[in-house]
Amino acid sequence: MLLDKLISFFTSLKLTVVCLALAVVLVFIGTLAQVDMGLYKAQNAFFRSFIVFWGPQGADWKIPVFPGGYLIGGVLLINLVAAHYKRFGFRRDKLGIIITHLGLILLLLGQLATDLLSRESNLHLRIGEARNYSESDRLTELAVIDTTDGDTEKVVAIPDSTLAEQREIRNAALPFTIRVKQYLANSSLSDQAQPGFEKCPATAGAGPRLWMKEEPRVTKMDARDVPSALLELEANGQSLGSWLVSEYLREPQSVTFAHHTYTLALRLRRYYKPFSLQLLDFRHDIYKGTEIPKNFSSRVRVRNAATGEDREALIYMNNPLRYGGLTFYQASFDPDDKGSILQVVHNPSWLTPYLACLLVGAGLTIQFLAHLIPFVKRRLTP
Amino acid sequence: MKKWLPWILVAAMAAWVVTALFPPPEKGFQAREFGQLPVLLNGRIQPFDSVARNSLLQIRTKQSLVWSGETGSEHLTASQWLLEVLMKSEVADTRPAFRIDSPELLGMLKLPEKEKYFSFNQLKDKLDDIERQSDRIQGVEPAHRTPFEKQVMRLQNALVLYQRLKITLRPPNSDDFTAELAQFQKALGPGLAAVRAREAGQKYDEQAFGDFIQSFSVFNDMARYAYALVVPPPNPEASRDAWETVGTNVMRLAHGGTLSPAVQSYAALVTAYRANQPGQFNAALDSYRQWLGERFAPEVKKGQREFFYNGFQAFYKALVIYVLAFVLACVSWFNRSEVLRRSAFYLIVLAWIIHTVGIGFRMVLEGRPPVTNLYSSAVFIGWAAAILGLALERLYRDGLGAAIASLVGFVTLVIAHNLALAGDTMEMLRAVLDTNFWLATHVVAVTLGYSATFVAGMLAIFYLIRGLFTSTLDKDTSKGLARMVYGIVCFATLFSFTGTVLGGIWADQSWGRFWGWDPKENGALLIVLWNAAILHARWGGLVRERGLMNMAIFGNIVTSWSWFGVNMLGVGLHAYGFMDAAFKWLMIFVGSQVALIALGLLPDRYWKSFQGRSPQPAAAPAASGLKRRPAAA
Repeated sequence: MLLDKLISFFTSLKLTVVCLALAVVLVFIGTLAQVDMGLYKAQNAFFRSFIVFWGPQGADWKIPVFPGGYLIGGVLLINLVAAHYKRFGFRRDKLGIIITHLGLILLLLGQLATDLLSRESNLHLRIGEARNYSESDRLTELAVIDTTDGDTEKVVAIPDSTLAEQREIRNAALPFTIRVKQYLANSSLSDQAQPGFEKCPATAGAGPRLWMKEEPRVTKMDARDVPSALLELEANGQSLGSWLVSEYLREPQSVTFAHHTYTLALRLRRYYKPFSLQLLDFRHDIYKGTEIPKNFSSRVRVRNAATGEDREALIYMNNPLRYGGLTFYQASFDPDDKGSILQVVHNPSWLTPYLACLLVGAGLTIQFLAHLIPFVKRRLTP
Repeated sequence: MKKWLPWILVAAMAAWVVTALFPPPEKGFQAREFGQLPVLLNGRIQPFDSVARNSLLQIRTKQSLVWSGETGSEHLTASQWLLEVLMKSEVADTRPAFRIDSPELLGMLKLPEKEKYFSFNQLKDKLDDIERQSDRIQGVEPAHRTPFEKQVMRLQNALVLYQRLKITLRPPNSDDFTAELAQFQKALGPGLAAVRAREAGQKYDEQAFGDFIQSFSVFNDMARYAYALVVPPPNPEASRDAWETVGTNVMRLAHGGTLSPAVQSYAALVTAYRANQPGQFNAALDSYRQWLGERFAPEVKKGQREFFYNGFQAFYKALVIYVLAFVLACVSWFNRSEVLRRSAFYLIVLAWIIHTVGIGFRMVLEGRPPVTNLYSSAVFIGWAAAILGLALERLYRDGLGAAIASLVGFVTLVIAHNLALAGDTMEMLRAVLDTNFWLATHVVAVTLGYSATFVAGMLAIFYLIRGLFTSTLDKDTSKGLARMVYGIVCFATLFSFTGTVLGGIWADQSWGRFWGWDPKENGALLIVLWNAAILHARWGGLVRERGLMNMAIFGNIVTSWSWFGVNMLGVGLHAYGFMDAAFKWLMIFVGSQVALIALGLLPDRYWKSFQGRSPQPAAAPAASGLKRRPAAA
């Protein structure tokens, strides 16, 4: 009885219409919210969430006010699948609708997979430079690098999410433990006393000469948090000193312990690849007599030691390089036009929208023509 | 006579369009021939005529100059006005070319508030004032500027543009440019010698030095501030893009270069024009054109074609004919005249052909698919809506399709006209948009989706007005209308969905993500969602005829927001068409649609057409709707 009710609820067209109408409202307010919140935050709050919460500015409580993108999309998906299972058998006159809905299901699932599985990072190359890793555009990591052996570096990377827990970190590859005494998700540093800044309590490295300040988290789209952390290294129950690590500090800070030298750096999170990309040339053309960009392009050399591959490729707007399960896009460039920034996307489900588009386009066309042609014929026969 | 009326009307309008293509030959200075000469501006080859028209649009919001002078109404075409500005600026300075609307700004400048157009001479003493104001306003974000501040910026930009035009061909205060150029070439040797001697700390000819420095600084100004690049590249084989200003070319002399024959031709033109010698002017023009034709044949051809396109004014002519057709279609409902309905239909076909020719011409000139910016999207929406309306008219023959075709055609062309005030409508496309494949697929599909949604909304409005205020909406008509709206919404769903997903795929190709919740993407998604909601509501029997109509009217709001509203948010990667003057109109439009929907929600007993029909007037009118199953579901 309850099951029947549930089934009829989830297969009803009313539910479809309600969900579509809710989606219209959600997309509208989610778009307006971007003006204040920035694209990234609004996207998480409205579209990549189950429930949209609202609270007055400055208050620390929030109440659920609206279904989020995941909830509406999820219910629509269930609704769609259930309706097909229950109501539509295969019928020739429904062929268009069936294909359309199959395409939609594929599209929604593909986007869910993209949300869960895709990873974006940046590859910044100056002309001539080669790299075998890309960097996250907002996530950071603490890299503890054993530089004792001049030729190879042993890197232990600790993600910022672990640092944020402000606890003791042990790693089998390290002879000491790292205690995160303080973690500032967004920060400023200064080399002199300033209002709002406190003296850094670090005992070693660059820290003792600096003042630090916790900043509010950034919401703008074109800016990001710059974290800092205060670390204490301990071995055999004894402190080796405390260090301030920060993305502001470019100079490596080193610590020597048990005849090994380690450097500490808080840096953008790196993703290593089994191949390297070298920037051979970057072009930024403008239309004569204007500032309007005509073309951005990066000529790169792909080298893969494992496969012996060594070739050149040209990346430009609307023409990315797909290689090794990754896609490299022309994203930005250095102000002096001597360096290029490529966006690197790992998205296993990138093909689903292409298929979905074909299916839905075909389905809608079939359905539309199946109604239109007989109708026009009828109207035009006298 | 009555039988022939449609054909007579079409013939008359066609004659009007065609005769405008063959203007009488020019007496005196051949401004039209001059207007066809190619130059490089905004990164593209265009004729002087386009420079003139787009400048006038920005300065005066008109494409020509009309004013009442001492001898009655006087008139200058854009090219004639440009000739004056380039060559006889002291006369151009007296023409009322600057438009100022803001009473506040007029007050600040102490100008008569009753007038709208002012000459440069009237503004000459106020340049410092205006510049001071605009320097301050520059610091204010465009979105936060007051109407007064916007007017100041507009005037300042117009003044800068005008003054840059003035030194494009001729040094300021120059009277006989040919002679001055020859003099400069003669004085060059001694001048350079004096400069070198001075640098070496030796004795030098002060007179020669002073003359040289003075001319040089004049040409340097011309090189820096000239508005258009008018001198063709010296080696077209090496680079066809390397156009330069007159000043740059003259300054080459100082570095051992040679003067371009083009500069000599321009100097001859200026000299002849200032001496009021049309014969000499036309001869110089002829020889320059010949020289150019031998070396720059494609550019000359481009200039001629665009000049022709400018003069044709296809969209303006289509607009006029759409208005006429709309009036005829409306009248045909009142007197039930088949002749008038047919006249309207034929006229729309004519207007649509002219509309099509205009779009085709633009596509050839730009080498692009039909929609490349907001301006061309307006033109294209009107075009697609007109053909949809024509198809409906052909199927139903009731004047409704004709009315919608002509109304949407007219309104979108008015919108396009206003968007054109921003300047060149054929500007070059930034790198990411530089792809004919995606412009031809994604943009065209999305724009067709806009058109169809608007047509469905307009049909719904006609249904509502007819049903509410007249008693002519009988059962068959309303059924037919509902079917039309349903069909058009299907069409809109097909195109907006395909277009939106194609856009996602384009984004995947260029930015690395299929969907980024960018405002423009969301706008397109809203149309898809709303159209899908309409279709499902109809299939599920949640709405009947009137509900369908109200939902279709709401589609107008969704579409207008997606088309214009998202650009006003000023965020996101797509925010290339930001403009705020349109905000007021968008709000008015949205308000009107909300009012219509409110009317549409009135119970049956207020609908004139339904009063006789419903057997139970007071019992449960609002909920019952029309008590009929949708026909086409």
